[in-house]
Amino acid sequence: MVELVAKSPCAGLLPLETGAVRLSEMEMTRLTSLAPKPGQEKPLSESLRAAHGMAWPEVNRATGKEGARAVWFGKGQVMLIGPEPEPQLAKHAAMTDQSDAWAMLRLEGEAAEDVLARLVPIDLRRSAFKRGHTARTMLGHMNVSITRIGDAAFLVLGFRSMAGTLVHEIETAMKGVAARQGA
Amino acid sequence: MRVAGRGLVDRSRTVRFSFDGHHYEGFAGDTLASALLANDVRFVARSFKYHRPRGIMGAGSEEASALVTVGKGAGQDPNVRATVQEIYDGLVANPQNCWPSLDYDLLGLNDLFAPFLGAGFYYKTFMWPKAFWERVYEPIIRRSAGIGALSGTHNPDRYEKAFAFCDLLVIGAGPAGLMAALTAGRAGADVILCDEDSLMGGRLNGETLEVGGMAGADWAAQAVAELASMDNVRLMPRTSVTGAYDQGTYGALERVSHHLAGRAGRPVECFWRIVAKRAVLAAGAIERPVAFPNNDRPGIMTAGAVRTYLNRYGVAPGQRITVFGNNDDAHRTARDLVAAGVHVAAVIDSREDAPEGAGYEVIKGAVVCGSEGRKGLEAVSYRRANGAVDKVQSDCLAMSGGWNPTVHLTCHMNGRPNWHGGIQSFVPKPGAIPGMEAVGACNGAFSTHRALVEGAEAALRALGEIGINGEKPVVPQTEDAPYRIAPLWHVEGKGRAWLDLQNDVTVKDVRGAAQENFRSVEHMKRYTTQGMAPDQGKNSNVAALAVLADATGRGIEETGTTTFRPPFVPVSIAAMGAGAQGKGFAPQRLTTSHAESARLGAPMIEAGLWYRPSYFPAAGERTWRQSCDREVNMVRNSVGVCDVSTLGKIDIQGRDAGRFLDFVYANRFSTLKPGKVRYGIMLREDGHVMDDGTTACLAEDHFVMTTTTAAAGQVMRHLEYVHQCLCPDLDVSMISVTEQWAQFAVAGPRSRELLNEIVVNDVNHDSFPFMGCGAVTIGGVAGRLFRISFSGEHAYEIAVPARYGESLFKLLRARAGALGGGAYGMEALNVLRIEKGFITHAEIHGRVTADDIGMGRMVSAAKDCIGKTMSERPGLSGESREQLVGLMPVGAVKQITVGAHLFDPGAAPVRENDQGYVTSACFSPTLQSSLGLAFLRNGRARHGEDITMVDHLRGITTRCRVCDPVFFDPEGGRVRG
Repeated sequence: MVELVAKSPCAGLLPLETGAVRLSEMEMTRLTSLAPKPGQEKPLSESLRAAHGMAWPEVNRATGKEGARAVWFGKGQVMLIGPEPEPQLAKHAAMTDQSDAWAMLRLEGEAAEDVLARLVPIDLRRSAFKRGHTARTMLGHMNVSITRIGDAAFLVLGFRSMAGTLVHEIETAMKGVAARQGA
Repeated sequence: MRVAGRGLVDRSRTVRFSFDGHHYEGFAGDTLASALLANDVRFVARSFKYHRPRGIMGAGSEEASALVTVGKGAGQDPNVRATVQEIYDGLVANPQNCWPSLDYDLLGLNDLFAPFLGAGFYYKTFMWPKAFWERVYEPIIRRSAGIGALSGTHNPDRYEKAFAFCDLLVIGAGPAGLMAALTAGRAGADVILCDEDSLMGGRLNGETLEVGGMAGADWAAQAVAELASMDNVRLMPRTSVTGAYDQGTYGALERVSHHLAGRAGRPVECFWRIVAKRAVLAAGAIERPVAFPNNDRPGIMTAGAVRTYLNRYGVAPGQRITVFGNNDDAHRTARDLVAAGVHVAAVIDSREDAPEGAGYEVIKGAVVCGSEGRKGLEAVSYRRANGAVDKVQSDCLAMSGGWNPTVHLTCHMNGRPNWHGGIQSFVPKPGAIPGMEAVGACNGAFSTHRALVEGAEAALRALGEIGINGEKPVVPQTEDAPYRIAPLWHVEGKGRAWLDLQNDVTVKDVRGAAQENFRSVEHMKRYTTQGMAPDQGKNSNVAALAVLADATGRGIEETGTTTFRPPFVPVSIAAMGAGAQGKGFAPQRLTTSHAESARLGAPMIEAGLWYRPSYFPAAGERTWRQSCDREVNMVRNSVGVCDVSTLGKIDIQGRDAGRFLDFVYANRFSTLKPGKVRYGIMLREDGHVMDDGTTACLAEDHFVMTTTTAAAGQVMRHLEYVHQCLCPDLDVSMISVTEQWAQFAVAGPRSRELLNEIVVNDVNHDSFPFMGCGAVTIGGVAGRLFRISFSGEHAYEIAVPARYGESLFKLLRARAGALGGGAYGMEALNVLRIEKGFITHAEIHGRVTADDIGMGRMVSAAKDCIGKTMSERPGLSGESREQLVGLMPVGAVKQITVGAHLFDPGAAPVRENDQGYVTSACFSPTLQSSLGLAFLRNGRARHGEDITMVDHLRGITTRCRVCDPVFFDPEGGRVRG
């Protein structure tokens, strides 16, 4: 009998703490992409609420809470993060397991916005990007998903294969921000 | 020298620095320029072209003359304006563009040849002989011209880029900018206030005027303190807004740690992209010099700069100062100097109706017409209205030809400024940058009162436009003196009168341009280089236009301005490209087996962003070929393991998935049954081959497509385009699963044996026949198994969720080792596929059709597909095309090289006789021969013929036999085995 050992995308790289910002890897969980079948948006939305207790997110929005989130992920795509998807959802959506495709980072702290402002070209100010807002955007040269999950906390999803670069970029920005606060 | 009781510098903190090898002391708050002047150092630079001694002309970022190099070694920073560089303990600055030293500069000789070196000299002189330009003239000119130099070694410093957003961006923190920021800040708007200076306040810090019953500088400090206390206001000192771009985007350069002795992890500079809903431009104005003969000697400065040095830094730039101007503002300099106890030799005013002096003599209706003193000003001569010339001993001349509003940013979207006769200068054209309004001196309103009023009003207007209610502030009491000026651009006389000190352009050069018929202002700029480069005409623009207007008999307004381009101040490439040094240039994509492969000593090669192992060196192997040959033999004889996770994988679901695949693939997929895999090629819309790969049918409405590593992104984009734009009605959805699955090729006669050791399922000919696929379980993990082969061997690809990738790779490699096999890398993979004539993007490079690669019949006749019609155009198939063939050497030379061209034996190896080219080559340990894949004109009909391969680049000529591209096992017995 052989045994396979699981390894998280950022194993050995995190957590990191610099100044008032902490970067950590979220525990590996179930990620399922949901793409509504033609004309099935409404029943899918109802099924999602019935099965997992959250609303179908609008464009650039995320619903649910820690442990079970639905994050808008692109045109006609929502990522269900956390729960094992109820099989009845398959009636209304194409479902694809993406649990291992994304490195999931949590960036938290008073200066988290300042750190992301070094890397992300969109407006992430609290007034413009509130809790429950999400965006598919760039972090450096990388395609990422960013969601505000707290007053000063962001969920950042990046390609697993780029986890090293992702952590390195954020760490560099964290150090730069911390060094300035020491000024 | 320092003047007691003046200035805002901190006299309790002494700062030590060096310039040109000498050690000096200054105070905290000094710039390099003010500290040098305090130490009576006036001669600091050599000019660009003539290597003339130059001093400090201004006191801000407009400085054209005092350019120095700061720091030493790899990170040395050239062309730093001494007027901007703050001093710190240990600062090392040096003059540039001089050899062997500032004092004795060899190329100072250029100045003696000046009569021959005027504008246009190079164009006329270095024309012949033609070949000399590149090899002789240009290198010499480059060596003698120019300013500072980079170190030429890798810069270890860290730079940063950042993004910011706000409701109102206020550019400039003088009275107008502060008032605008206060108005918007108090209204609760998100405000960013940028100022070039380390100390906000603008002219208020350089003047003695009062605002609201207190010193202007104190009022500024109070305003800054109030702004700093607001959470919604971000103060950005030392930040120059460099450009205005579309949709309210502004570039800005922040000097983060140029002023610090120890950077302690801080970046040197940060390049900001600021997106603002509205902007207020309060950039102030720049004082313009007057062009009189020899007006460039160290000690000749602008009148406003002299006031700044006196009032802000407590420094008198001379002991006997003469003031020269054509406007009332210049008289302030004399008043401030006298009040501070500095001797004013005279005020020379070109106007007959100039105001009377107060404690100094005013010589009315006179102009300065010359100067003396080679390395520092000693005397100036002036000419009265009656023509009489007198001389006055003076070590500093404070001159003012009036003020030019800093209109630069308003011109960055091709707006041209308007002429304003009242101030004899250009003012911004309203609306030239959508969402930005110019106020205060920048808008031609030169009194402090007008600046405050305009700042407040513009802020209120901007807030109103974006739906924020602001309250009209009470504007503090301050001076509202009229600005009286009579035009004076240039004074005739013997000697060169300098317009552009940074580019060494004189009045004569501009007139020469007009004489040579370069009469358009843009032509004059190019002919003379006036206003080019970092200066962007800050100092010389209006005066040069006036001279050109005069020479061409036009008005200044009619002559117009040249184009002010971003950046407003020089921006280092390091700041603009921050983060992109070294590995920052592109993200690294690593496979799950990367760490283990690296541990095994495998050198990596880059495939797009991916890193893939080249080969796995075994003990005793000294060359890559030894490893590669062993790995090929291993796959042919036992079993090899290779990470193929980098191939693109696309999950395709939906009732119409089969139809969709039929449309994007040239061949048919809708007939593919669950549990089966099929090879396919995809055409571009122009009928050429885009990509190839296999697609597996997991269920009737569920497929997994693989793409090549290189084209994964392109194919995904193509599929989205086809679905969204060409057939949006199909019930199909797709998503990349490249990252989700770690996938490994297990190839070789013992591959099935290996798999049966690790998977729970029984892998046999019935459960997994050639081109079959299905679910398997490995150690309790659900995986997928595909019986496909890129090596021509009995082979599989096994996929597991990526978290198990590393573990599975280790397991496969260990079990393969026990069977006499092991891991293989890209080199062996390449050899294996060439032996089998399998194509990669070396072959489908974008210019080949399906017919060219012998797959013409795969373009199904029974259905339509993207690119089909276009592929049927004449000339895209048949005998005239270069077709894929194999090549084997038959002569004494055995080398086949990629990129070599093919010629008929006996034909001259020239372009006209070209028959084709080699795309892939290797040494095959299986066949013990070099092999090549090539495109040869009408190649399929020429199997068995000889051809000459010529590699002109490497100087190799090889006689080859043309053959079928499948060299090994053409019947395919092994793959089905």
